[in-house]
Amino acid sequence: MLELRNISFQADDGGKEIEILRNINLTVENRFVAVTGPNGSGKSTLAKIVAGILAPTEGRIFLDGVDITEKSITERARMGISFAFQQPVRFKGITVKDMLSIAAGRETAVSEVCSMLSEVGLCARDYVNREINASLSGGELKRIEIAMIMARKARVSIFDEPEAGIDLWSFQNLIRVFEKMHQEIQGTILIISHQERILNIADQIVLLADGRIEKVGSREEIMPALLGAGKPCRTLSDKLIQ
Amino acid sequence: MDAIQQELLAQVAGLHEVPEGAYNIRANGEMAGRNTTANIDITTKEDCPGIDIRIKPGTKSESVHIPVVLSKSGLQESVYNDFFVGEDCDITIIAGCGIHNSGSAASAHSGIHRFFVEKNAKVRYVEKHYGSGDGSGERIMNPTTEIHLAEGASLEMETVQIKGIDSTERTTTAEVAGGASLVIKEKIMTHGKQYAGTDFTVNMAGADSSVNLISRSVAKERSRQVFRSRIVGDASCHGHSECDAIIMDEASVSAIPELTANHIDANLIHEAAIGKIAGEQLIKLMTLGLTEKEAEEQIVKGFLK
Repeated sequence: MLELRNISFQADDGGKEIEILRNINLTVENRFVAVTGPNGSGKSTLAKIVAGILAPTEGRIFLDGVDITEKSITERARMGISFAFQQPVRFKGITVKDMLSIAAGRETAVSEVCSMLSEVGLCARDYVNREINASLSGGELKRIEIAMIMARKARVSIFDEPEAGIDLWSFQNLIRVFEKMHQEIQGTILIISHQERILNIADQIVLLADGRIEKVGSREEIMPALLGAGKPCRTLSDKLIQ
Repeated sequence: MDAIQQELLAQVAGLHEVPEGAYNIRANGEMAGRNTTANIDITTKEDCPGIDIRIKPGTKSESVHIPVVLSKSGLQESVYNDFFVGEDCDITIIAGCGIHNSGSAASAHSGIHRFFVEKNAKVRYVEKHYGSGDGSGERIMNPTTEIHLAEGASLEMETVQIKGIDSTERTTTAEVAGGASLVIKEKIMTHGKQYAGTDFTVNMAGADSSVNLISRSVAKERSRQVFRSRIVGDASCHGHSECDAIIMDEASVSAIPELTANHIDANLIHEAAIGKIAGEQLIKLMTLGLTEKEAEEQIVKGFLK
């Protein structure tokens, strides 16, 4: 169980303190939780705070009852929190197999790497020895990023806008991967997303606005309000952009 | 050979036993072993230290090992090796030099290698440099490589210097004829107060010739590196040089490219990128459970792989 208590985060904006998150209280127990909200609402900041990439200005974070607020990124990773970047990071000279071995915490056999890649819809043999560099497309990198998270077998897997920067075809594949993860994952998935199809997989949706939690509930409770009851032509993106 | 020399041989040429095929092993300034084959002849030069390696036309899938090891502190030598590669050959040459210096005097090896590669021959040349020993004497290597590629010939050169060399000045010059291609891949890591200088000059004289120079380096602590490349296109040709360096601590790296096109269809490109390890790379690996130090080591290892 992941618990955020009174989390606030302020950032310096040219000498002026701006408040990105205000007094966030959230308990995540469900298997698949989506955090959504308009651009600038603090979703990615929240995800980075959970992973330890950013430190909250105030508040505490607990993982299964243990206060992890002061723990480093590495310590949190070793405790079972994994984080998939919105823009996957590229590395010269480090191959897909290398990264999956690092993620798994041990040397992985080619057959095992192939199996991990197949899970995310990549034709495995073609990728095993590819470098994680600019030769890979955004969609390929996203799926490799997801494979890394799966290799970690984490207690909490955080995905920061996995749909960002990928084409429609790759997005369809991504949805299938998340649907499969939803069925099979043992821990919790915390996913930052604007995408209706991803939110539709979620067991719980958290709506952020202006750095505050506006609503928390099941998708049946939240989605109609998000999309606007009785206005079938309105899309979630339209709603969130407003 | 003693244990130190055997370790040096293993490091620079991957040799744990006598290699198959042709070889010439030089240890502390003297020949320590030689073998020739029906297609590859090795003879000692009479006018200066060094050897001539002659490879018969059409020789395929054979290799030549010519490693050099120095374990005597204070030994300084220049060695001249000439390779004559016949037409239509396809061969691998493994060179390399290891210096173990446990004394206070500087040990130095300057290998001057000339390659005369005839028409349509294909050569893969691997050169590793390695230093060890706890003496205060410097370990110095100054390799000079001169390459002449005839029409349609190709040479791929891989040079690696990862550890233990205090000072190196590497000079490579090449003349590339029509349809010939040259690829040079260099990997260097320096630390402490080490210095590594690289100087490439390539002249593409023939139509459809090409050159690709790729340098990847890591400079740590207070070490210094200088990468110079000059590519001249005198014909319709394609030239590319790339210097990619990670700089750490208080190190210094310079990249000095020069491109000269003397023909309207000479297509020449230089790319250089010098910078510290990106913070996002460190964070990514830390989210996978590595410490910052482990992440840094992993990035460097991958970069130089």
